[in-house]
Amino acid sequence: MSPTLTDASPIRTDAGGRADGLDVLERGRSIAETYGIPLAVLLEVTHRCPLQCGYCSNPIEMERAGNELTTAEWKNVLTELAEIGVLQVHFSGGEPTVRKDLAELVRHATSVGLYSNLITSAVLLNRDKLAELADAGLAHIQISFQANDAELANRIAGFKGHAKKLEVAKWARELDLPLTVNAVMHRQNLEQLPQMIDMAVALDADRIEVANVQYYGWALKNRAALMPTIDQIDEATRIVDDARDRLKGILDIDYVVPDYYAVRPKKCMGGWGRQFFNITPAGRVLPCHAAETITDLDFESVRSNHSIAWIWKNSEAFNKYRGTGWMPEPCQSCAFKEVDFGGCRCQAFALTGSAGNTDPACSLSPLHEAIFKTAEREAATGSNRYLYRNFSGGTLEPDAGYDS
Amino acid sequence: MDGEAEKPIATSAPASRRRMTVTEHSAPKLGRGVVLRFDETRQRWVLLVPERVLAPDDIAIEVLKLCDGQRSVGTMADELAAKYTAPRADIVADVIAMLQDLAESGFLIEAKGGRP
Repeated sequence: MSPTLTDASPIRTDAGGRADGLDVLERGRSIAETYGIPLAVLLEVTHRCPLQCGYCSNPIEMERAGNELTTAEWKNVLTELAEIGVLQVHFSGGEPTVRKDLAELVRHATSVGLYSNLITSAVLLNRDKLAELADAGLAHIQISFQANDAELANRIAGFKGHAKKLEVAKWARELDLPLTVNAVMHRQNLEQLPQMIDMAVALDADRIEVANVQYYGWALKNRAALMPTIDQIDEATRIVDDARDRLKGILDIDYVVPDYYAVRPKKCMGGWGRQFFNITPAGRVLPCHAAETITDLDFESVRSNHSIAWIWKNSEAFNKYRGTGWMPEPCQSCAFKEVDFGGCRCQAFALTGSAGNTDPACSLSPLHEAIFKTAEREAATGSNRYLYRNFSGGTLEPDAGYDS
Repeated sequence: MDGEAEKPIATSAPASRRRMTVTEHSAPKLGRGVVLRFDETRQRWVLLVPERVLAPDDIAIEVLKLCDGQRSVGTMADELAAKYTAPRADIVADVIAMLQDLAESGFLIEAKGGRP
């Protein structure tokens, strides 16, 4: 998930001295204001995906095809989102192109005035399908790459798709679609980061998202196989800084650092229920794409009698960790409580058993030291074999000597 | 798909870098994936770009509306100078600076047929 994706919230109007007269619509609001409808919404139209990446942010219990919203239901969702003031939608998954109605949904989004982004593995696309999506009004495509080297990339994905991804990226540029390369990084591919940045330039991408794995859902199960060493992270930060200088005006680089080695927690989702929501394949409306990992929360669905605006404003799940009133110590008296909003609720739940605790990524959490040590230990001694993502609870990668 | 052939990655230089250089003769237009529209909910103009929603100020809105791929920057400056009865030279400089920043963000492209 992009840091900017979840950052897009209303509204600051001063131009801040920029010559282009533009400002990003975000970060400006006092928490005393009402929670206006987000500018951008993530639509996970399916959990089906031919790839089996062990770092997938989908829940372990994935939604089966039979529970997915129908074409008509998604169209109603899109219409409603446009009416209440959402401006951008991100079609994601699972693999969104699994759905045969994707172009129809993009066309509908365009017709109601929404700006469509596609977040895809690309392996199911062909040139005609991509052209159809472009004709339907698709404004931007993000293609995931697992590594630079095809063999490693295919092993990480549990699917031979790397060559196809390169091909689709080329078609995207031929069709004049803005292209972002999504690079999810972890211990077993960080050494290829410089080559992945070069690859993005060679593919004529506008942006690359260098996102260290966040450990929820499948990624949490695979943490020992994915956790980088602190030296790898320091090196990655240096590589990104250098590339940003070198590629200014050629390639924009977004960089997400891993929580476990952080001192301060990330402002997850820009704050719970503050400027982002996600709709699952079955239509549940979530404050975060990983929120269903918090098993003691109930989430309302677009299939309920409630409008999406009502769910955003009034539902218990959205209000539970909204703002700062829910915070325990050390968050409550912390000077940064409106900077990071206590970090990530899903991570707090995963690591402490309660989503209401301080995110252990924060150095003020009593558990911070312990998770730092866990990360170091797993980075040094964790098995490299993946638990591949699938609908049957995961399959351990065959032992091919990856740990020797 | 399992048997697909692996092809080497293309390592040639990018075919097109979209970062144009703006001059008085440029005829810029918004790139694909860049949408200027009025947001009824928030009652203001917004510029939709990949992964961001931007809030143009009044002058930027006015200039962006003129970026139709037909008008040259010089023509834009003529129109703005007449409208605001301001010195044309000042306006040209300001508009070029603004458009160059937009171009470097990847939001503007040179319209086909426009002079470089």
